[in-house]
Amino acid sequence: MEVAFLLNGTPVQVSGPPTRTLLDYLRDIKGLKGTKEGCNEGDCGACTVMVTDADGARALNACILFVGQLEGKAVRTVEGLTGPKGEAHPVQEAMVAHHGSQCGFCTPGFVVSMAVGHLNGAKDHDDVLAGNLCRCTGYAPIIRAAVAVEADAVPEWMGADAFILAQLSSGVRGQTAPGAFRPANGDELAEWYLANPDGVLIAGATDVGLWVTKQLRELAPVAFLNGVKELQGVERVGDTLRIGAGVTITDLMAAVKGMHPSFAELLRRYASVQVRNAATIGGNIANGSPIGDGPPALIALGARLHLRRGSERREMALEDFFVEYRKQDRQRGEFVEGVTIPASAPALRCYKISKRFDQDISAVCGCFNVTVAGGVVTAARIAFGGMAGIPKRAAGVEAALVGREWSMATMEAAIPAFATDFQPLTDMRASAEYRLLAAQNLLRRYFHDLAGVAVNVLEVQS
Amino acid sequence: MSMGKALPHDSSPLQVTGEARYVDDVPLPEGALHLAFGLSTCAHGEIVSVDLSAVRAAEGVVRVYAAEDFAEMPDCSPSTHDEPLLAVGTVHHVGQQVFLVVADSHLAARKAARLGKIVYRELPALLTVEEALAANSRFEAGPIVWAKGDAAAAIAAAPHRIEADLEVGGQEHFYLEGQIAAALPQEGGDMVILSSTQHPTEIQHKVAHALHLPMANVRVEMRRMGGGFGGKESQGNALAIACAIAARDTGKPCKMRYDRDDDMMITGKRHDLKIRYRVGFDDAGRIKGIEFLHLMRCGWAQDLSLAVADRAMLHSDNCYHLPDIRIESHRLKTNTQSATAYRGFGGPQGMIGIERVMDHIAFAVKKDPVEVRRANFYRGVAPTGAGTGRRIGGAYSPHPEQFAAQTTPFHMPVEDFIGDVMVAELEKRSDYAGRKAAIAEWNRASPILKRGIALTPVKFGISFTLTWLNQAGALVHVYQDGSIHLNHGGTEMGQGLNQKVAQVAASVFGVDTSVVKITATDTAKVPNTSATAASSGSDMNGMAAQQACEIIRGRMAEYLATKHQARAETVMFEGGRVRVAGADYAFAEVALMTYQARISLSSTGFYATPKIVWDRIKGEGRPFLYFAYGAAVTEVVIDTLTGENRILRVDILHDTGTSLNPALDIGQIEGAYVQGAGWLTTEELVWDGRGRLLTHAPSTYKIPACSDRPRIFNVDLWDQPNREDTVGKSKAVGEPPFMLGISAFLALSDAVAACGDGSVYPALDAPATAERVLMAVRRQHV
Repeated sequence: MEVAFLLNGTPVQVSGPPTRTLLDYLRDIKGLKGTKEGCNEGDCGACTVMVTDADGARALNACILFVGQLEGKAVRTVEGLTGPKGEAHPVQEAMVAHHGSQCGFCTPGFVVSMAVGHLNGAKDHDDVLAGNLCRCTGYAPIIRAAVAVEADAVPEWMGADAFILAQLSSGVRGQTAPGAFRPANGDELAEWYLANPDGVLIAGATDVGLWVTKQLRELAPVAFLNGVKELQGVERVGDTLRIGAGVTITDLMAAVKGMHPSFAELLRRYASVQVRNAATIGGNIANGSPIGDGPPALIALGARLHLRRGSERREMALEDFFVEYRKQDRQRGEFVEGVTIPASAPALRCYKISKRFDQDISAVCGCFNVTVAGGVVTAARIAFGGMAGIPKRAAGVEAALVGREWSMATMEAAIPAFATDFQPLTDMRASAEYRLLAAQNLLRRYFHDLAGVAVNVLEVQS
Repeated sequence: MSMGKALPHDSSPLQVTGEARYVDDVPLPEGALHLAFGLSTCAHGEIVSVDLSAVRAAEGVVRVYAAEDFAEMPDCSPSTHDEPLLAVGTVHHVGQQVFLVVADSHLAARKAARLGKIVYRELPALLTVEEALAANSRFEAGPIVWAKGDAAAAIAAAPHRIEADLEVGGQEHFYLEGQIAAALPQEGGDMVILSSTQHPTEIQHKVAHALHLPMANVRVEMRRMGGGFGGKESQGNALAIACAIAARDTGKPCKMRYDRDDDMMITGKRHDLKIRYRVGFDDAGRIKGIEFLHLMRCGWAQDLSLAVADRAMLHSDNCYHLPDIRIESHRLKTNTQSATAYRGFGGPQGMIGIERVMDHIAFAVKKDPVEVRRANFYRGVAPTGAGTGRRIGGAYSPHPEQFAAQTTPFHMPVEDFIGDVMVAELEKRSDYAGRKAAIAEWNRASPILKRGIALTPVKFGISFTLTWLNQAGALVHVYQDGSIHLNHGGTEMGQGLNQKVAQVAASVFGVDTSVVKITATDTAKVPNTSATAASSGSDMNGMAAQQACEIIRGRMAEYLATKHQARAETVMFEGGRVRVAGADYAFAEVALMTYQARISLSSTGFYATPKIVWDRIKGEGRPFLYFAYGAAVTEVVIDTLTGENRILRVDILHDTGTSLNPALDIGQIEGAYVQGAGWLTTEELVWDGRGRLLTHAPSTYKIPACSDRPRIFNVDLWDQPNREDTVGKSKAVGEPPFMLGISAFLALSDAVAACGDGSVYPALDAPATAERVLMAVRRQHV
């Protein structure tokens, strides 16, 4: 497969396996050794690179980014942050001045994440850097460096990628070879997938990447979905929001921030910036993971799922898509086109419990959307991740609430239903006992939360 | 004088541009081969059959080694001959190396390593300390017991008694750069090794042994590590040995790096342990007698476990005078990864025991834990004279009887105790009492969220307990242009050792630090080095480098003194200039003149730590030259519905003597605190019932992320000179501040206690994950 992209400002044509990772390409083929491999699964950020396309510049993990995803984009590595005459980027200077590097192995990744944040004017440094692990510094000097450069001008050369890409907008399209396909629209994708139902659809590759780097699987044939425009948009349709399957978590977070702040906050804790910039909501759903954070919130919102197979389309309540562990109601050759959610759900609250607040997978994710009229519960949608083999509604709990008075006594009366709704597992994230207790307590939290009682440790200041 | 300046890490300009080279970044000659191990999937079993035909047939595979390919299996152990490079006959843990693949790429080697078909006959696996204790599976013949006074009698006679258990989890190092080595075959069968190691001499020794070569024929080079934390003291041996053997056999350069999951499955971690304590105390919380039982889970091989377990015992007192004490330590052999060195080297495990006891006693006597700590502190060394600080034996010294130092459980006099004054100062700076009251008030108004606060001190012994390791060497060259080249035996893993040593050297010559070039640690430059460990790096290598520099400076001074008819001690080296008898030279001029006068501008330097003597079996002597001190106050908040918790604020006062470089020292303290807090909060290692580590990647093993750092993070240096004669009167800083993280653990305990009526001690185990905190909260409500 031939792929054309910009690398540190210079056009490159790459041939070879479409699922070669950018990290391996940079280090092994191009000899660009600044980008490091720390974990090879997108969890440490040592391989962070800047990728620019028409939507702007983003930080991505090169270890789970396939070369085939880069067609028509611009990649900038740590080596490319330095100016054409060797000038240091302000972030690089600040990291030296503020003692932000010790062993230095994570440093290139941090520097790239910080430079992207700087370019985009981001000041939420904890979020910008949630995907970069450092074992030496305790992060304090890195944050000092990030704060110190907030007001510095973006170096001229950092805008070069967007400029050159605009010049090339007609685009050198790479050729498509057997084994890899880059559909330009939904029809092409539908046709290809019908003909290749065992093929692998690759959008962000935040999960499929690990099939290659950890399971060491050969993937073929593959289709790269990022050229399919129909999958990309978020569209307001009446009092609903239709979200394309290819919308990244980053873009989804921005789209729902105003209307569903609690959902947006859940998405803020969905992995890391690098992963959110790649991962798509369609992938999060189609993957069928019982611990994905998108589905519980979407189910609580009453989302409708849109599927397409060839020219046939159907839709269903999202919860019906999840049949049993890793088994979805999806036909061969059928793919997720999008999902529709209501534009308003003021009582929606999403709670994620994990060992670490940022960049962790939920032990329990509980999403609550209860409608109360005249002091009485008229409708309840409560969905959990991490409590069953699938993202699942708490049907018994919902039933115990509906028609009852909105009171703590009603909550307490509904608590026993959790044990019939869910028989969670014990694993490395939490015990079954803890999961059940925490799920029950999240209902109590929800009641207190709506009553205005402080329930969030993240909001407490010393 | 560059000593004491807050200069940045010397590598940082290269690190921020990606130029800094780590082993995997060094270009290897054409045709280099890559290695991967095939790993055991069985915790304990006899190897019935090994079928590697699919491995051999896999694409890119050049060679495959199994146990049968070795007449004599190379050994990887740093201590005793119990770590075969490849399992022979029996496997002892999931993740043990069973076979070795040599292939033309890293990926090809990894893929082939998954294709081995090995049949095991499973044997009973000992996974927990209880199982190992019951089976008497241990290192050494029996437990090590140290005693001072009569603990049992003192406990029996005390007004109050407590007996309880504490479980403390292990910790994965999670150095960002995984284990890696490369071997470059040389003429005549010699071998050059590049290794990410804290201990180049050990790598040299083990590779020479494996290849049956004299050590002189093996050279090990180590420029920098991407983090070590103790995890690269012994755990890199297997990779270097494997590469050396494959390089010898194929004649090609060979490189091996563990994929992260393999790294976590194969290599050792911090020892987890169970501590049982029995303590008797009075109404003031003063300890009358105490007994500790340590059950250390050492894993399948001895590695450094004996010394780690010793150091846990050596820190069972922390800052407290315990006149009647008995410590019993079991070093238990289990079918898990072989636990190894990790920052603090057992010290944190010992120290958390006594800090827990202090907290528990305070709860029992209903006093502020700081009061109870104060009641038990060692007698301090109060400043005794105008302006001179802790002068002993001078005009202002106290009466000797007043001053008789109290002794540790291992009978070492504590002559430098400053924990009491540091704690008093930190209480003031952090407004401990005021905030404690404010937190209590806040908690009364907050039904769901509760805050907690704790202050804990640290006293950490500095020196290797294996006495002969307390030596270091350096090699210094001054070139005729005045530039200075320096090597020493220490290794750079991020701590800024090279910068500190460069500052020492620059100070001797009176030049700018930029004049001093320190290159890769190399066994051919400085021989017989000790591991860069035990926080000793700058203490020992700084002294050795200082001596070498002073020798050369002495020769320069002698030369100039003769030339100018002056005394050598009047020759001044300062600000890049050398002044003598009215003459004023640039340092470079003097270098050239000395060279042309045919005087050597090269010297070695050597340092052996004075004063230390130690009998580890009896538990008697002076294992440490001095102690480093510190104290931290941590404030946390917990959610009583889920156990979720956060650190809100941290105040630290830490003793690095007269700091060689305050910026680097503060960096060590901030980093160590966060790492120590991680150990006791989110970092949980989970094995399943078959001995498989389930948390073998950052997706499941959670070190602190950026937002986990305390938002308010005040770190101050105590900034008083070391009373011992160390380099620049500084103190070691690598490990001691790690234990400041214990304050986070006990602050969580305090927050849990706020949920109850004072009748049930929280008895948190570590790590205090959200789950453990919630369960502890629930115990408050019964």
